[in-house]
Amino acid sequence: MIAYTIRRLLMLIPVLVGMSIVTFAIIHFIPGNPARIILGDQATATAIANLEEQLGLNRPFYVQYFSYVFDLLKGDLGTSLRTNRAISTEIWPHLAATIELTMFAMIFAIIVGVNAGIISAWKQNSWFDYLSMIIALIGVSMPIFWLGLMQQWIFAQELGWLPAFGRGNPRDPVETTTHLYIIDSIINGRTDQLWTSFKHLVLPGIALGTIPMAIIARMTRSSMLEVLRSDYIRTIEAKGSRPLSVIYRHGFKNAVIPVLTVVGLQTGTLLGGAILTETIFSWPGIGRYVYEAIGTRDYPVIQSGILVIAFMFVIINLIVDLLYSYIDPRIKY
Amino acid sequence: MKKSLLLLLLSLVLVVFMAACGGDDEPSDSGDTDDEDVTDTDDGGDADGDDGDAAEESTSGGTLIYARGGDSQSLDFASTQDGESSRITLQIYESLLRFNENSFEVEPSLAESWEVADDNVTYTFKLREGVKFHDGTDFNAEAVLTNYERWSDPSHEFAFTDDGYAYSVYGNQFGGFKGDEGHIIDEINIINDYEIEFVLKEPFGAFLQNVAMSYFAITSPAALAEHGPAINENPVGTGPFKFVSWTKDDNITLDKFEDYWMEGYPKLDRVIFQVIPDNSARLTALRAGEIDIMDGLNPDDYETIQNEAGLQAFERETNNFGYLGFNLEREPFDNVLVRKAMHHAVDKEGLISLLYAGLAEPAKNPLPPAYLGYNDSLTPYEYNPELARELLAEAGFEDGFEFDLWAMPVARPYMPDAERAAEVLQANFADIGLTANIVTMEWATYLDEVSAGSQDVFMLGWSGTNGDSDYFLGNLLGTQGIPDSNSTFYSNADVDALLAEARTTVDEGERAALYEEALAIIHEDTPMITLVHSIPVLAGSDRVKNYVPHLSTSEPLTFVELAE
Repeated sequence: MIAYTIRRLLMLIPVLVGMSIVTFAIIHFIPGNPARIILGDQATATAIANLEEQLGLNRPFYVQYFSYVFDLLKGDLGTSLRTNRAISTEIWPHLAATIELTMFAMIFAIIVGVNAGIISAWKQNSWFDYLSMIIALIGVSMPIFWLGLMQQWIFAQELGWLPAFGRGNPRDPVETTTHLYIIDSIINGRTDQLWTSFKHLVLPGIALGTIPMAIIARMTRSSMLEVLRSDYIRTIEAKGSRPLSVIYRHGFKNAVIPVLTVVGLQTGTLLGGAILTETIFSWPGIGRYVYEAIGTRDYPVIQSGILVIAFMFVIINLIVDLLYSYIDPRIKY
Repeated sequence: MKKSLLLLLLSLVLVVFMAACGGDDEPSDSGDTDDEDVTDTDDGGDADGDDGDAAEESTSGGTLIYARGGDSQSLDFASTQDGESSRITLQIYESLLRFNENSFEVEPSLAESWEVADDNVTYTFKLREGVKFHDGTDFNAEAVLTNYERWSDPSHEFAFTDDGYAYSVYGNQFGGFKGDEGHIIDEINIINDYEIEFVLKEPFGAFLQNVAMSYFAITSPAALAEHGPAINENPVGTGPFKFVSWTKDDNITLDKFEDYWMEGYPKLDRVIFQVIPDNSARLTALRAGEIDIMDGLNPDDYETIQNEAGLQAFERETNNFGYLGFNLEREPFDNVLVRKAMHHAVDKEGLISLLYAGLAEPAKNPLPPAYLGYNDSLTPYEYNPELARELLAEAGFEDGFEFDLWAMPVARPYMPDAERAAEVLQANFADIGLTANIVTMEWATYLDEVSAGSQDVFMLGWSGTNGDSDYFLGNLLGTQGIPDSNSTFYSNADVDALLAEARTTVDEGERAALYEEALAIIHEDTPMITLVHSIPVLAGSDRVKNYVPHLSTSEPLTFVELAE
C-alpha cells in the first residue's frame, strides 16, 4: 500500500510535466497578441511594443517555457500580468473559496444522492423510485445558470431568505486566516458569521451539487439493485436481519465502490472551478480566477491556474484509489 | 472500519438535515445577527422592524454597496488603464483639477486656482492649504512634483519599472516621457509650498484637461516610500474615502476620511464596491435590497426599473461613438460618392431601436455631443435608400458590388452586439443593391488586422477619457494615427492642419471653431459612417440621493447620501 502510494505520487511528475507543456502550448497558439489584449483597443503601437518587451513575450517560445519551469521548481508560480502580484499568494483565497463550495456541494450531493439511490433501489418501481429518478434525470440535464437564477429569484428576491451573492456579508467581513470562511468563523469564535457564511453556501452549493447529486443517485440505485439481488443478501434477509441493517450495512457497503468512483470524479471536476456557478453567485473561486485571466490573456495565471487544478484532480483520484482498498479489503495493490 | 463509515454517513445526513431545515425557517423570523445581511429587503416596508440593528448606523451616513461587473486590476491609477480601477481610485485620490460632475469642464480640486501666463506655456497652480493625506502627512507642492516625476522619469525611485510598472497613459497624454522629444512638459518648478509652476515646451490646448484626469492624481510620497511597489494594494491619497480592505474578485471596502478638506463631506461612512459578474444576478441583488447601486443595467430592463417601486434608473451621458469605417485605400471606397451612398443607406434609428432599446442617439459627428467643437450645424446623412441608389449610379456602380463587412467579436459600450448590428447593416446595404459578406474573427486579431488595413468596411468605435476632442479626431482621423488607431487611412492635409493648430491653441473658443471646421470637412469626405452614441444605464435603490453618473465612466461618491 505504501509502495503503491509512492508509485502513484511519482507518476504525478510526468503528468504535471505533460500538463505544463500542453497548457503552455495551447495558450501560445491562441491567436491574438497578449500585449494588445492587455492594453485594449485604444492602445498605441509603441505602448504595445514596450509591453511585449517588458513581459518577455518577444522571446522564443522554448525560452519562455524553460524559464517558467525553473521558476515552478522554485515554488514560484509566476506573476500575474494584470495585477503584478505573485500568483502563489493570489491563488490561495480563490482556491479556498472553491474548496469550500465544492465540499458543501459534494456533501449535499452525496447525502441526498446516496440516500435517494438506496431508497429507490430498495423500493424499486415504487412511486418514490419513479419520482426520484425523474428528478435525477432533470438534475443531470438542468442548465446550472438557469437553476441558479431561479434560486436567486425565489430565495433572495421574492422570499428574502438567502443572500444572492458572495461568500459573506460585505458589511461585516470575515477575518481571514485560512480563507475557508466556515473554518475562519469558528477560529474567530463568531457564530453569527458562521451562520452567515453557511447561508451564503446554500444556494450556490445546491446549484453546483445538483448534477453530481443526480449522477450519484443513479449510480447508487443501479449499483444497489445489483447487490440487493445477490444471494448473500437474500441469506441475510432470511436470517431475519432488520431491513435498515440489510440495506446500509450489508448492501450499500458492497455497492459503494462505483459510487465512490463517481464521487471522486465529480469532486475533481468541481474543484476545477465551476465558472457558471461562480459567476452567477459572485463566488470568487478558482474557476473565475482562471476565466478572467483567459479574457485578458494573463498567461502566467492561466498556466499556473490550470496546473494547480490538474494537480488537485490527480490528488483526488489518488485519494479515491486508496480509499477503495480501505473500504473493500478484497482490493489489494 | 465498517461501522465508522456508516456512522460518518449517518451523522452527515443528520447535519445536513438540520442545516437544511434551519436554512429555511430561521431567517424569516428576522434573527438579529444576520439582519443586515439578507433582511434589508424589509427596510422600505416596516421601518420600525429593523430599529435594533439600524442603531449602529443611524448616527451617521451609512454604508453604500456599489455592485459592478468586474474587479479592479490595480489601485495605482497611473499604471493601469482599467476602468474598474479608476472607479475606486477616484474615491481615494484626487488630481490637481477635477471634472464638473456633469461634463468635462475643469474645476478646482487640490489646486484652488490656476493661471496661464501670456506665453501660453507657463501654468501656475495655487494649491489648497491644510489638505492631509490619509496617512496624516501634508499635501504640498513637493508631493505634486514627486508624483509627476514618478510618471515621467523611468529611473525615478518611485517609478518601480523593475516591478512591471508602466505609465502608458502619461506617455499618451503628455507626448512621451522625460527626455523624449515630444514630451510636452519642459520643467516643473516649486515656487513655494503651495504654489507650483508647469512650463511646457509649446502651447498645449488639452493640458488642463489632462491634469484633471484620474490617471494624474496625487499619491502620498510617504506612502510611496513606505509601500514601494505594493502601493497598488495600499493606496494613500487625499480623497473623500480611505482604503480599508480588498478581497480579490469579491469586494473593496473604503471608509470615510474624517479629515477630508471639504467640510461636511463625504456623507457616507463606508462604501463597498462589490463584484457581481452576472447582470441578472446583480439586478436580483438590487431588488433583494442587498446592494444600493448597480452598474451595467441591461438596456432592456431600463424601462421596467424606471417604473419599479423602490428603485431608480440612472443614465450616464454618452462619451463614445460606434462607427462603420471605410478602408480608403481600397476600391471602391476611395470614391466619395460610394461612401456617401452607403452612409445614406444606413438606418441608424432602426439600429438603435433594435439593438440599444432606444438608449442611444444617432451620430452625425465622430465626436460625442458634450465635446468641445461638436459641430451641431451639420445636416446628418438621412436614411434614404433612393438617394443612395442614385449616388451609386452616379459613381458608376448601378449594378452594385460585393464587399467584406467586418464585425467585432466582442460587445463594447458603443456596440452591444456587433454581429446582429452587422446583419442589420447587411440588410440596409442589400436594399441598395450591395452585397455585404460578414466577416468576424478573434478580438486581438481583429484589431491587428484592421490596423494593418486588411479590411474593406469595418465596425469599431472609440470612447473618451479626458474629454479632449483631439483624443477622438487626432487618433481616428488624423494622419498621425496611421497605421494604428486610424484604420480608415483617412489623410486630409486640411484636417491635419486644423487639428495641429487646435492642439496648440489654449483659448477654448478658438479651439472649438477649429474643430468645427475640421468636422465639416470630415463630414463632407465621410471616411466613416458614424453610427451611434450609446447611453450606458445604471440602477439603484431609491434611497440613494445625489448620485450623478459622470460621462467618463466613473465618479467620486463625495456627495452621495443614503436616505433612511
